Amino acid sequence: MPAILAKNISKNYGEIEALKDVSFQVNDGELFGLIGPDGAGKSTLFRVLTTLLLADKGTGEVVGHPIVSEYKEIRKKVGYMPGKFSLYQDLSVEENLRFFATIFGTTIEENYSLIKDIYIQIEPFRKRLAGNLSGGMKQKLALCCALIHKPKVLFLDEPTTGVDAVSRKEFWEMLQRLKEKGIAILVSTPYMDEAELCQRIALIQNGAILETNTPQNLKKSYGHPLYAVKSKDTYNLLKSLREAHYTRSVLPFGEFLHLSTNRPMEIEQIKNDLTRKGFPGIEVKKIEATVEDVFLELSETEALKTERP
Amino acid sequence: MSEQAIKVEGLTKRFGDFTAVDTISFQVEKGEIFGFLGANGAGKTTAMRMLIGLSKPTEGQGFVAGFDINTQAEKIKKNIGYMSQKFSLYNDLTVKENIRFYGGIYGLSKSRISEKTEDILAELRLFEVAKKPVRELPLGWKQRLSFAISMVHDPDIVFLDEPTGGVDPHVRRQFWETIYQQANAGRTIFVTTHYMDEAEYCNRVSIMVDGKIAALDTPDQLKKQFNSKSMDEVFLKLARNV
Repeated sequence: MPAILAKNISKNYGEIEALKDVSFQVNDGELFGLIGPDGAGKSTLFRVLTTLLLADKGTGEVVGHPIVSEYKEIRKKVGYMPGKFSLYQDLSVEENLRFFATIFGTTIEENYSLIKDIYIQIEPFRKRLAGNLSGGMKQKLALCCALIHKPKVLFLDEPTTGVDAVSRKEFWEMLQRLKEKGIAILVSTPYMDEAELCQRIALIQNGAILETNTPQNLKKSYGHPLYAVKSKDTYNLLKSLREAHYTRSVLPFGEFLHLSTNRPMEIEQIKNDLTRKGFPGIEVKKIEATVEDVFLELSETEALKTERP
Repeated sequence: MSEQAIKVEGLTKRFGDFTAVDTISFQVEKGEIFGFLGANGAGKTTAMRMLIGLSKPTEGQGFVAGFDINTQAEKIKKNIGYMSQKFSLYNDLTVKENIRFYGGIYGLSKSRISEKTEDILAELRLFEVAKKPVRELPLGWKQRLSFAISMVHDPDIVFLDEPTGGVDPHVRRQFWETIYQQANAGRTIFVTTHYMDEAEYCNRVSIMVDGKIAALDTPDQLKKQFNSKSMDEVFLKLARNV
């Protein structure tokens, strides 16, 4: 029995198609990532699967329960951390946790082992009002509250958005430990580098799933030669490469530009061409695609369509 | 007047007995893309508020766009651009109305506002949607419009406060290209971000830890200095050793 099963789910808001025929499955105990930018439909999908919103079409199951007819069962068995901080700001850390435990008919003590690792990090502030916590601490408290009734499946909607790189890393370490305890996790994120930390991922854009696979297979599926190119003058290098006859696409990736070519090239060939065009100290290496390369390849964006009216 | 776009010395901000920004000193050259990084709570926002004239330093001095941050805060506000994801455009106003509104706020003449409106619509190719409420635009357009409007009064320096959070990777790249364009044209860009790959796009980067600037250099030099492969690693090494 899969932890989550979504079959042909569609949802419209007026004329906007928020979800278009979305199907995927999260296996028992799996850490599954839903990767896509703002407005892709991630939160709508979460709301449908956590029984907070009715889909227009399609069906779904969570821990074996159909999402419409058995919504009450699902609500007892899942933990949900919405994208927006939704705890009670004027209750303390401890009061929030106790509140959620009570609602689910349990106590903090009963399931303490599950949250211990995370809770001890915020325990020194247990008397502080939730509204006065820092972003990283709020996120830890929200995770504790989502876990306190020992759910079978955890839904985390953009838990790391707006959080700094250190807290992000710590948060993913916590998720790895929860996975080892047998909890299935569906997590959404706009950060492509976090995709690598999931067992399987679905890339989502404009309400539709572009691809579902393991990060490794997804990266292998990138079907073009790819090179990382660097010079001191990134902006002009980008403009120059865009005009080169061998270029399929060229996009900035940190200190490098990722150059996808329409045929296999020798590194020296690229180097010589760019040196001749006046870029000294050019660095070129052949690379494997990242998840972000694949996403960029597969996705079309409304914003870019306007570039060529 | 100073030659640099930003020059601060010993800048400090205390709230009661808590020191949010602890004697920081740095300079930003004209036309530079300067990345301002730090973990949540490191003091980034407080420091930035002092630079843009919204908060008075407890100690220290400095100049932004040629004006004294202690005595000329109002002049600073008029002479810099500012954009953040949280506060940008009015969704209920049309594209044109937003431009006119901000042009008016910055005291541009009517004729200058119409010139600017034409320029922005042409550059972003927004003529077709000029009379549509901003709410109906895709996020990527909104963002570039918001950036263009933050420069409606032709400031020498623009502050971008996490301008790209959550945005489509295509749009993020496109946005950075417009940043490059502006810097190439001589405008100074001061930017905060949580995306470490974007830190690599900056000419120089400073990293705040616990109210202090723990490191400041080019991305290449920082990686050498901290023996790291990426800015992500540099950041983690610095911020985790608090």
